[in-house]
Amino acid sequence: MFRRALGKTLGLVGYTVQYGCIAHCAFEYIGELVVCSGPSMEPTIVDNDVVFSEHVSRHLFKIEKGDIVIAKSISDPHMNICKRVIGLQGDKVCTSGPSDIFKTHTYVPLGHVWLEGDNLKNSSDSRSYGPVPYALIRGRVCMKLWPPHRVGPMKESPTGRIIKTKPHSDWD
Amino acid sequence: MAQQAGRRYLRAFVGGFFVAVPVTVTVLDRVAYVARVEGTSMQPFLNPEGVSACDVVLLNRWRVRNYEVHRGDIVSIVSPKNPQQKIIKRVVALEGDFIRTLSYKNRYLRIPDGHLWIEGDHHGHSLDSNSFGPVSVGLLHGHASHIIWPPNRWQRIQRSLPVDRGPLLSSHAAEEEEEF
Repeated sequence: MFRRALGKTLGLVGYTVQYGCIAHCAFEYIGELVVCSGPSMEPTIVDNDVVFSEHVSRHLFKIEKGDIVIAKSISDPHMNICKRVIGLQGDKVCTSGPSDIFKTHTYVPLGHVWLEGDNLKNSSDSRSYGPVPYALIRGRVCMKLWPPHRVGPMKESPTGRIIKTKPHSDWD
Repeated sequence: MAQQAGRRYLRAFVGGFFVAVPVTVTVLDRVAYVARVEGTSMQPFLNPEGVSACDVVLLNRWRVRNYEVHRGDIVSIVSPKNPQQKIIKRVVALEGDFIRTLSYKNRYLRIPDGHLWIEGDHHGHSLDSNSFGPVSVGLLHGHASHIIWPPNRWQRIQRSLPVDRGPLLSSHAAEEEEEF
């Protein structure tokens, strides 16, 4: 009797550990659902939207300009931020706001990305705290899942802040 | 008969595979990680013999789950310059501390919130905060707790700061005193 109870308990613990580990791997390497809050990504993502963030391209280093990413905040690692990638390492980015008369530019250092919200007037982003290390990126937002009338893939940046560069040709 | 046995073995193998891989990955991600130390940046504490013999350290990942570190801890951090590389350094100052830098652009610096100042023990031969500035706590990867190879130097890594390094003015002075 006692032995059977012990065996059952051990089995249950084993299953819990196994499924816990599978869940960890899924959340860490495949993707997760995220509830976004805050005004910084309006009108692309509004308060309380649910999005799916995939973690595959982060591990394969396939994050590109124009992608929306979830990243750990540079000043508080417990907080996550949701912003658009404006520049990758080596890109030239504009550090001043759209209404400023004098435009200032800078280059993104190695291993960093430049993040900005789509709502330029109400977003604290790389324009205030500078480039963000690539390793702080947790995932790329690829689908909006809630509310139902706005389900679908993410839209292009409405701000036109991404400086287009010549596409690289194959031989250089 | 043989075919049936083969099928049973295959099934057991696949089943074991689906248990072993997630469990291993989770343990390496959450609990502990074993890593080889390369380079001379932490001499004389790690790799004292130079390139010929590499030390192996145990990185405790459970201890950094809440991003808690202390001055003098040896930690591994994802390099801010190259996200594919991890670097192992000593924490010299925490957020809010004032520090005298060795070769950074500012001579004196206050560490911003959510950042750490990390340095290799081998000044001048180490790519650390003196070249790329304070690093975000979010880049923390593990806390080096033991040297496990070579066996004659097997030891628990104690928290210690080099005599001449440390914050000039620490933000949590009262807490530190209670702790020791």
